[in-house]
Amino acid sequence: MSESNNVLVRVHDVDKVFRRGSEEVHVLGGAHLEMPDGEFLALMGPSGSGKSTLLNLIGGLDRPSEGTVEVGGLRIDRLSDRKLAGWRARHIGLVFQFYNLLPVLTAERNVELPLLLTHLSRAERRKHVAAALGVVGLKDRSQHYPRQLSGGEQQRVGIARAIVTDPTILLCDEPTGDLDRTSSDEILNLLSALNEEQGKTIMMVTHDPHAAARASRTLYLDKGKLATEPEE
Amino acid sequence: MVGLINWLSQITAVTKFSLRTVPERLGSSASAVFGIAGVVAVFVGVLSIAQGIRQTMVTSAAPEGAIVLRSGADSEMMSGLGREATRIISEAPGVARDAEGPLSSAELFVILNLPKRSTGTDANVPLRGVERAAPRVRADFRLVEGRMFEWGRNEVIAGSAAAREFAGLDVGASLEVGREQWQVVGIFATNGDLSESEIWTDAKVLQPAYRRGDSFQSARVRLNSAGSFQEFKDALTSDPRLDVKVARQDEFFAEQSIVVVTLITVLGTIIAVIMGLGALIGALNTMYTAVSERTREIATLRALGFRSGPVVASVLTEALILALAGGLVGGGLAYVAFDGFQAATMNWQSFSQVGFAFAVTPQLLVQGAVYSALIGLVGGLFPAIRAARLPVATALREL
Ligand SMILES: Nc1ncnc2c1ncn2[C@@H]1O[C@H](COP(=O)(O)OP(=O)(O)O)[C@@H](O)[C@H]1O
Ligand SMILES: [Mg+2]
Repeated sequence: MSESNNVLVRVHDVDKVFRRGSEEVHVLGGAHLEMPDGEFLALMGPSGSGKSTLLNLIGGLDRPSEGTVEVGGLRIDRLSDRKLAGWRARHIGLVFQFYNLLPVLTAERNVELPLLLTHLSRAERRKHVAAALGVVGLKDRSQHYPRQLSGGEQQRVGIARAIVTDPTILLCDEPTGDLDRTSSDEILNLLSALNEEQGKTIMMVTHDPHAAARASRTLYLDKGKLATEPEE
Repeated sequence: MVGLINWLSQITAVTKFSLRTVPERLGSSASAVFGIAGVVAVFVGVLSIAQGIRQTMVTSAAPEGAIVLRSGADSEMMSGLGREATRIISEAPGVARDAEGPLSSAELFVILNLPKRSTGTDANVPLRGVERAAPRVRADFRLVEGRMFEWGRNEVIAGSAAAREFAGLDVGASLEVGREQWQVVGIFATNGDLSESEIWTDAKVLQPAYRRGDSFQSARVRLNSAGSFQEFKDALTSDPRLDVKVARQDEFFAEQSIVVVTLITVLGTIIAVIMGLGALIGALNTMYTAVSERTREIATLRALGFRSGPVVASVLTEALILALAGGLVGGGLAYVAFDGFQAATMNWQSFSQVGFAFAVTPQLLVQGAVYSALIGLVGGLFPAIRAARLPVATALREL
């Protein structure tokens, strides 16, 4: 109990089976993972190795075919779709490679989205949104639409949206995958700061060793095995 | 309670963004709107024919009017009444009177063949021989042109609908009745009811022309009030000298019009359903496209923790709004194009033409709107279910 207290994520023996036509594809094949609270974990590995699949399982976007996923002591693989949606809203902050902002909404409204799922009043929502946009340094862009922002700025809006509810864990799937060096560095600085200054637990999938170097730990996923060193 | 409010606010929020994306899908949305508009326009248009006929034959019939036929006769064509019978009828209790006597008119009903103005082909038009009380028996009789025929002379007046539909019914023209030429001396109106499709003359001059002796086919009376009907009817049916059937004028015409009205209503509904299926496929297509174009957005919302209910509601609301817009356009189109449009049809009981005007009533417009909403809801339902069932993780990676 005392030892497991600071383990936030516990993935045990998970496998995910996808069907491609008549063929079954086993991804992950019994992977194990433990993430302590406050960790900034980078997940690397070849394309198609199952990094996104693992991230989705931890974020409750999908369920494992085998094994268990526990986040904050809760077996999320057992929750109903309805419960899982509510759980995601409270505990997960998602950052996507292509930002996934709603083009018809301003930056401010995009950031406000997850707060629509809470019981906060409009005024309280405004306050939280302003704070989150302040953290990512985009207060003055709050009325801009996504198409009026650069890629790096859009991703910062994406991060603001992910942190506005103060989630238990931030899950970032190749957050810098579509950005140039300078913008990437800004995003990585932001994630580091969130981890170091606010103690946010972060899991980041990346292909970029330079990005992974910013994390507190890096794991390599290949052929269903998680390793601390990349395979040859 | 808080849960419900939260859920409703999710629905409004999601519906609001989805509606804002409609302009991006203008082409496909517009095609659904116009498809539904077309269906509703045809639906309302066809049913406005039935409504118009109903209004002509039923609605404008005064409630205190009654008609007496020989018992067993379903129409004036098949009926016959002697002079003595019509006298007893005019003196029956309940019949209204004015300074000139009882408001009762014994009438004769024959069919003339005249060319239609529109096609030039011959069609049947009723020639009615009436007594002096006839204009007062009908509530709204008025001359719109020329003068009343002179009693005892070979003169006629034509109803305005008949004059409109048939050639040779202008004031000053003459008409072949039997082997003689009769003068058209006036045009009359009766507030849009069936009489406007007839030609009137003095019953006394029509009887010899058609060798009817001193017999009639029906008696029209105006009662003191609609409530006097039962008394009037009981008096006649219990009179041993008579063998008649008595009907309220409005019910009699309703019965007469039922075949045509039902036929057109059924036909209109069948057409609307068939076209509706087409529009439904259009709406389904539009909404499936909308859902697939919004896959990324829907998946993102679901990933952030929005439940599927609000997503379903947003798709249905969009479909409903598009459909109602179509219904509105279609109803408006039908109103502009058809309301008041003059036409004529066959009265199956008298085998003669009845002039009427298409009537796009508020009730029909509501029916059209309900029908369009139905198409929208059904057309939105399956795409909405698809949106709700979207597997979030899979949808996110497809983009
Ligand atoms: N929803 C899905 N349906 C079918 N196959 C999938 C699905 N998600 C992932 N896969 C397959 O699982 C494997 C791992 O995918 P993914 O987790 O996206 O890899 P990575 O993120 O490491 O590139 C791939 O072979 C991919 O094709
Ligand atoms: Mg991936």
